[in-house]
Amino acid sequence: MATYLEFIQQNEERDGVRFSWNVWPSSRLEATRMVVPLACLLTPLKERLDLPPVQYEPVLCSRPTCKAVLNPLCQVDYRAKLWACNFCFQRNQFPPAYAGISEVNQPAELMPQFSTIEYIVQRGPQTPLIFLYVVDTCLEEEDLQALKESLQMSLSLLPPDALVGLITFGRMVQVHELSCEGISKSYVFRGTKDLAAKQIQDMLGLSRPAVPMQQGRPLQTPEQPVISSRFLQPVHKIDMNLTDLLGELQRDPWPVTQGKRPLRSTGVALSIAVGLLEGTFPNTGARIMLFTGGPPTQGPGMVVGDELKTPIRSWHDIEKDNARFMKKATKHYETLANRSAANGHCIDIYACALDQTGLLEMKCCANLTGGHMVMGDSFNTSLFKQTFQRVFSKGYNGEFRMAFGANLDVKTSRELKIAGAIGPCISLNAKGPCVSENELGIGGTSQWKICSLDPSTTLAIYFEVVNQHNAPIPQGGRGAVQFVTQYQHSSTQRRIRVTTIARNWADAQTQLQHIEAAFDQEAAAVLMARLGVYRAESEEGPDVLRWLDRQLIRLCQKFGQYNKDDPNSFRLSESFSLYPQFIFHLRRSPFLQVFNNSPDESSYYRHHFARQDLTQSLIMIQPILYAYSFHGPPEPVLLDSSSILPDRILLMDTFFQIVIYLGETIAQWQKAGYQDMPEYENFKHLLQAPLDDAQEILQTRFPMPRYIHTEHGGSQARFLLSKVNPSQTHNNLYAWGQESGAPILTDDVSLQVFMDHLKKLAVSSAS
Amino acid sequence: MSVNQQAHTGPPYGQPQPGYQGYQQPAYGGQSLPGVPQSQYGAYNGPMPGYQQPVPPQGYFPSLGFPSKGSPVSLNSDTSLAPNFIGSLRAPPTSGAPPPASGASHPSGHLAYSPFEHGDVQNGIPASAAPMQRPPASQPFLPGSAPTPVSQISTFQQYGPPPASVQQLRNHMAGMTIGSTAASAPPPAGLGYGVGPSSYPPTTGAPRPPAMPGPPLTGQTVAGPPSSQPNHVSSPPPPSSMAGLHPGTPMSGLHGPPPPTHPPQPGYQMQQNGSFGQMRGPQPNYGGAYPGAPNYGSPPGPPPPPKRLDPDSIPSPQLNELPPQQKPRHRIDPDAIPSPIQVIEDDRNNRGSEPFVTGVRGQVPPLVTTNFLVKDQGNASPRYIRCTSYNIPCTSDMAKQSQVPLAAVIKPLATLPPEETLPYLVDHGESGPVRCNRCKAYMCPFMQFIEGGRRFQCCFCSCVTEVPPHYFQHLDHTGKRVDFYDRPELSLGSYEFLATVDYCKNNKFPSPPAFIFMIDVSYNAVKSGLVRLICEELKSLLDYLPREGNMEESAIRVGFVTYNKVLHFYNVKSSLAQPQMMVVSDVADMFVPLLDGFLVNVNESRTVIASLLDQIPEMFADTRETETVFAPVIQAGLEALKAAECAGKLFIFHTSLPIAEAPGKLKNRDDRKLINTDKEKTLFQPQTSFYNNLAKDCVAQGCCVDLFLFPNQYLDVATLGVVPYQTGGSIYKYAYFQLETDQYRFLNDLRRDVQKEVGFDAVMRVRTSTGIRATDFFGAFYMSNTTDVEMAGLDCDKTITVEFKHDDKLSEDSGALLQCALLYTSCAGQRRLRIHNLSLNCCTQLADLYRNCETDTLINYLAKYAYRGVLNSPVKTVRDALINQCAQILACYRKNCASPSSAGQLILPECMKLLPVYLNCVLKSDVLQPGPEVTTDDRAYIRQLVTSMDVAETNVFFYPRLLPLTKADVDSDSLPAAIRNSEERLSKGDIYLLENGLNVFVWVGVSVQQGLIQNLFGVSSFSQISNALSTLPVLENPFSKKVRSIVDMIQGQRSRYMKLIIVKQEDKLEMLFKHFLVEDKSLSGGASYVDFLCHMHKEIRQLLS
Repeated sequence: MATYLEFIQQNEERDGVRFSWNVWPSSRLEATRMVVPLACLLTPLKERLDLPPVQYEPVLCSRPTCKAVLNPLCQVDYRAKLWACNFCFQRNQFPPAYAGISEVNQPAELMPQFSTIEYIVQRGPQTPLIFLYVVDTCLEEEDLQALKESLQMSLSLLPPDALVGLITFGRMVQVHELSCEGISKSYVFRGTKDLAAKQIQDMLGLSRPAVPMQQGRPLQTPEQPVISSRFLQPVHKIDMNLTDLLGELQRDPWPVTQGKRPLRSTGVALSIAVGLLEGTFPNTGARIMLFTGGPPTQGPGMVVGDELKTPIRSWHDIEKDNARFMKKATKHYETLANRSAANGHCIDIYACALDQTGLLEMKCCANLTGGHMVMGDSFNTSLFKQTFQRVFSKGYNGEFRMAFGANLDVKTSRELKIAGAIGPCISLNAKGPCVSENELGIGGTSQWKICSLDPSTTLAIYFEVVNQHNAPIPQGGRGAVQFVTQYQHSSTQRRIRVTTIARNWADAQTQLQHIEAAFDQEAAAVLMARLGVYRAESEEGPDVLRWLDRQLIRLCQKFGQYNKDDPNSFRLSESFSLYPQFIFHLRRSPFLQVFNNSPDESSYYRHHFARQDLTQSLIMIQPILYAYSFHGPPEPVLLDSSSILPDRILLMDTFFQIVIYLGETIAQWQKAGYQDMPEYENFKHLLQAPLDDAQEILQTRFPMPRYIHTEHGGSQARFLLSKVNPSQTHNNLYAWGQESGAPILTDDVSLQVFMDHLKKLAVSSAS
Repeated sequence: MSVNQQAHTGPPYGQPQPGYQGYQQPAYGGQSLPGVPQSQYGAYNGPMPGYQQPVPPQGYFPSLGFPSKGSPVSLNSDTSLAPNFIGSLRAPPTSGAPPPASGASHPSGHLAYSPFEHGDVQNGIPASAAPMQRPPASQPFLPGSAPTPVSQISTFQQYGPPPASVQQLRNHMAGMTIGSTAASAPPPAGLGYGVGPSSYPPTTGAPRPPAMPGPPLTGQTVAGPPSSQPNHVSSPPPPSSMAGLHPGTPMSGLHGPPPPTHPPQPGYQMQQNGSFGQMRGPQPNYGGAYPGAPNYGSPPGPPPPPKRLDPDSIPSPQLNELPPQQKPRHRIDPDAIPSPIQVIEDDRNNRGSEPFVTGVRGQVPPLVTTNFLVKDQGNASPRYIRCTSYNIPCTSDMAKQSQVPLAAVIKPLATLPPEETLPYLVDHGESGPVRCNRCKAYMCPFMQFIEGGRRFQCCFCSCVTEVPPHYFQHLDHTGKRVDFYDRPELSLGSYEFLATVDYCKNNKFPSPPAFIFMIDVSYNAVKSGLVRLICEELKSLLDYLPREGNMEESAIRVGFVTYNKVLHFYNVKSSLAQPQMMVVSDVADMFVPLLDGFLVNVNESRTVIASLLDQIPEMFADTRETETVFAPVIQAGLEALKAAECAGKLFIFHTSLPIAEAPGKLKNRDDRKLINTDKEKTLFQPQTSFYNNLAKDCVAQGCCVDLFLFPNQYLDVATLGVVPYQTGGSIYKYAYFQLETDQYRFLNDLRRDVQKEVGFDAVMRVRTSTGIRATDFFGAFYMSNTTDVEMAGLDCDKTITVEFKHDDKLSEDSGALLQCALLYTSCAGQRRLRIHNLSLNCCTQLADLYRNCETDTLINYLAKYAYRGVLNSPVKTVRDALINQCAQILACYRKNCASPSSAGQLILPECMKLLPVYLNCVLKSDVLQPGPEVTTDDRAYIRQLVTSMDVAETNVFFYPRLLPLTKADVDSDSLPAAIRNSEERLSKGDIYLLENGLNVFVWVGVSVQQGLIQNLFGVSSFSQISNALSTLPVLENPFSKKVRSIVDMIQGQRSRYMKLIIVKQEDKLEMLFKHFLVEDKSLSGGASYVDFLCHMHKEIRQLLS
């Protein structure tokens, strides 16, 4: 089994792909009986230190419906200079440039270690990156100041030739012209009126015909960028200007009377931002960065009225169908997101406020375009500041960890079809022979657009085995999948990354153990979770849980070893052993539970869950808990209430939060000040250790997690207590009567109870 | 009058008789309007004011006086004197010597006048003496006609110089006496007039006779007996003879001799000769004398004629009837017809020296052309209110019969000369002004306190209201409150109340108003340098925003907008280092993009504003945008004021027809083919009702719009002007704006417009005594109901004309009262009420009405009425209606007040003798009769302009002032005497200045001395004078200085800076100039004065027959 683990790990490192099954059931029927669909988590731009891009165009299969890229799995006839497409079996001539190839002189794409390869291609004009700041000015002075500083700082992080633009909004929306000297100029729009893209462009003077009016010829030559440059200017040119402009940014000057929310035209502002880019830089990588400090309160996309006495919608309201503006607002933002995505522009949302800001309605803007979604309490927190800074962080090679306008094309060998994808993408509606009729996630296509992605962006892609039961696959046959990702690199180059993978087929009836052994329960948990979360967006919470439970039970029935109706006899093989636990925590997670979460929070959590890679996703599902004590080196411990001991320091990472929890005794020691005494330096070190580790996590995580330092009995300890398995509660505190641990005041079932039920149901002959 | 006066004023009584006499005389004099020496004048005044300044008159009177005979005698005794005397009353010149002499001594005009006046007077007399007069009246006329006939001679002889004078004197005397004796002032006055005129010319003799008959006349008027007596007394002897003669002659003559139209002519002939006569009769008669002072001479002679036109002399159908002798003379002597110049001059001389004290009810103020001081003693100054008549018919029947419109021209915020005090501001604290419970009239001097001061009875509706405790005051023995003199609202005609919060919108005290400057920055505006000019100017101009009283700085906030197809707002908040521009391109749905920083205090944001104004011209220097929007600009301003919750004013500088896609977009619909068709009215109507609605919104917010237009082509003033017009704003138009030539004018206008006193968010209501009611309003405002005149802004130049109609009877005793209450927000944001009160007399005799009219005001009303009419009716209909109404007015007079004269005579009321000439000017104006060079925009512009004009402005607008510059006395401050607007009066060797309130022309004759040209223009010959000059060169010589000071002085008198145009005789520009010589036939078909007078006469006769 270790081999499979290694294999999986290798594959992930090389290709950024993790399949739920690494040996594939060879017929449709069997595949459906496997319960967990054949699917993979794909990290298209997984950072590869050892992968220098090649500087030529990929060689494509000549069949128009295929166009697969030449890869190591292809059979090559070196003499005839032919290659056979391993997807459609079309035989193709090598292009003239490949005349010199031979067994010993292979191009990179034919070498097995280059199952993932990246091409740099020269296509079209290179346009610099575009960053359009959309800034809410209805903020508290302090917040605005902090935001202004962050924005000013960000200018220094941008590539000098990047184009930058600024839109501010409050009651009105202002599009700032950045080219002018002296007087600062902005176009102002009413915050209540939805304008069509055409209108916006007319009003901004971007329409083509308006320009060559007088001078016809002479003016036409400078071309379109000149026009748009009024609003989008290279950073290096208007650095100072923009800094000043940001510095002079005032709070929205319109008076807000007592008991009212400020009027915030987020909907229109976004619409204008989208319209502006649409008109000036279609199909070019661009980032709309929305900074908002509260819910949209007027115009299209308003989420709540300006009366403070009517609170913003809660899950309760939504369930009761009491959220008046939700549907309309959601529709507005969806339209925007789709328009934006169609043009390859992404929308980031940085929402910092104590109350909700309407992420629920706006989530699709980030979800569909691959934009970031960041939620914080205030722009004046390090959470926001560092997160924002990290947006512009650079990779090992000094390049921005962001890419734009990616186009993911998936090709499968003929036994497979593509059922769908879940991730920060939209469908490109590319129908083809390899597109399944059954949809899982965003389906009906073999191509998706990911407007913005970074090295950790991960999509879940679901397949369907279509091979009929009575059409066996020859022994040793392999199924192949090719992922072709064309994207705009942060250096503005167009690149194409091609990953081709193959897996063995196995007959589930005869070789079930192979299949079983090749099960990747981590990937499967995440893939199932994505499906669950995807469903949760549209279905009632309990239904999703029921579906998830049923899937789990079926899986246990299929792969468990047990005697009928004897729960105690139930065993799962090692490759499945953790799966139920993942599902247990998933059920409790904020991705599926809305209790105690606002709609915005749910949207926020789900957003991140749908795009992070496997490791991070797992952390989200089942937080990691480390224990620090004098009894030994730091060790991971069970996410269980029994792990909460007085003489331990716990470090929990839930992805969204980092919690450092001092056990009762430790907390007392700390209060007593032992750490300051030279003779207790070891205690000081003990206290420091989790901090250092937390720091390490904080360094790399995006978005910055909420950092919580608490202790036994502290109010913030709830973050920990709500996550651990409530193995000890007020109900069973004495029954378990073990050494210690902390009882959790909850009626939630514990993992033990869950497992008991699971076993019972799995072995039950009734189901 | 006199009766009333007496009744009203206690003091007057004191010296009733003298006063009376004086009165009459003065009245006389006044009516005659001669340029009488001061003393005389004084007398005049004395009487009226009377009673207040008895001295001068007395001196005078005495002699004339009473001693009717004695004085007359004395007068008679010096034959020469006598005339002089009379002359003095009217026109000194005449006095100087016989006609000729006088002519020589005095400006011809003057002389001419006096005679005319006399004529008028006569008319007056006839009016009063109608029955009797006939003969006399006819006589005077006859003169005109008679001159030629032999009969004339005879008459002449009869009259003989001496007798004439005697008679005249007698007449005068008679008139006087009658007047004095008769309680009824009217008749006397009438007589007086009559006399006056008659006295002069030999004709006077004739008139007298009429006067004689007068008695009966007087009788008719009011106090028949008394008057008659005096008349008789005075006149008897001579009169008898005269009368005898006259009667005989007249009678016979009337029908007989002067077969033409009127028999009376014979007697009149003399006069006519004098008046018209020079033309014919006079000349012969006067012979040498006239020639000496051609025109002048003649005028003196022809005295009354002006008013009376001889039908004969008039080239009218009647001509046919005229005897052959007359026929040859088709033309009427222009000097023989009433001269505006003379009337103005006489009034100036008679009334300019004494303050006009408003204490007496129903006083007719001096003419607008006269400089006089006003002392407020309970009635509003004529600077605030002028009425068409100060004596209102008691019944609507009478009013209808006379057809004299009853209207008041109100200029609530008029600027007063520095010598007069501004209305006092009364603060009643939280309780606010004291008002009548029923009609809500404000406390005023006419309120009657009763029950020991515990209550007061409303002078308008008679309702009795409790005096609020805090306002209680005891009454003295005359029933006046003890604090009468301490409280402006009890002793003055005009005053202000501080309004309480109840008078404010939303029950909130207003914020200080704001000025928003909205500058067109389209291609044309930038290219012409306009944008730069405006920005430069604003930099300094902003320091001169109106401020209240002696406040350190103006409370007014300012904002800036530029626009072409889109709007640019500017944030000029003081904390900014640089202004910020905010572009709003959503013109379909205008809004204000910013609140804070848009409207700022000038001092606080000085540097930012300066920076902005520096940069605006730069920013748009390369603009290619030619299209503009307009309605959104106003909307923007409106929204800005709404957002700031204040009233204010938009200064919009606009260049072109707004054709850009936006609300209120206009198309070019200029179509000259519509002129003279039924559709012509559409040229004056707005293209779309959009602007009307916008205006309504503006008014609701107190957003006043001032529009400065710089068109190079048609831009539809009729439509663009709707909002400025309805919000109480102004429009300024500079066609084909050229920086070099027009900037000075524009900047002056702008400066004045920005600096002038202005009130915002104003509502005006005019309350009247029961019996009449304000029914119609003309001016720049909006009305949402039938009583309240709403103006977003009201400046010191804006005038509202209000028409009154009867809805019940008025009583002579109580008269009629007007109270104009204006609620407005001052420039510092203070809410105030300005109250103007005016008391008028009421009459049961039409003669009283005609004697107390003001032609200038009447013309103001008629012009506004007609100019509004063109919106709904074909222009021709409007013109005809106008002519018809005036004909009816005059016919009514003729019929009821002057009937004794022959039907063929044109007899004009003294007060209305200029009505025909002015009416003709109105009819010939560009709106009602456009010349080929007048654009549709010009017409619309003028139409709107006139609608807000006050009396002084309409006066000079319709009858421009023509000054012979070469006659100016270089050493004095005074203006040269004006001359009549006719080409005949221009001499090739002179330089003239003509102004009408919009333009100033300097006309240079072809044979002007080179020295003058050199002095004035700095060039050596006529041909080198450039007519491109927009200002006169500054040269260091007395003549240049004098002329420039005259121009400056004139400019200073007008609310707009006038465009200076140099016109060389026989140059093509002269056509334009000639357009303003309104007594001449105009190129566009307007009648000459003489022709029109004949036409009117015809009309009148038709009405009478």
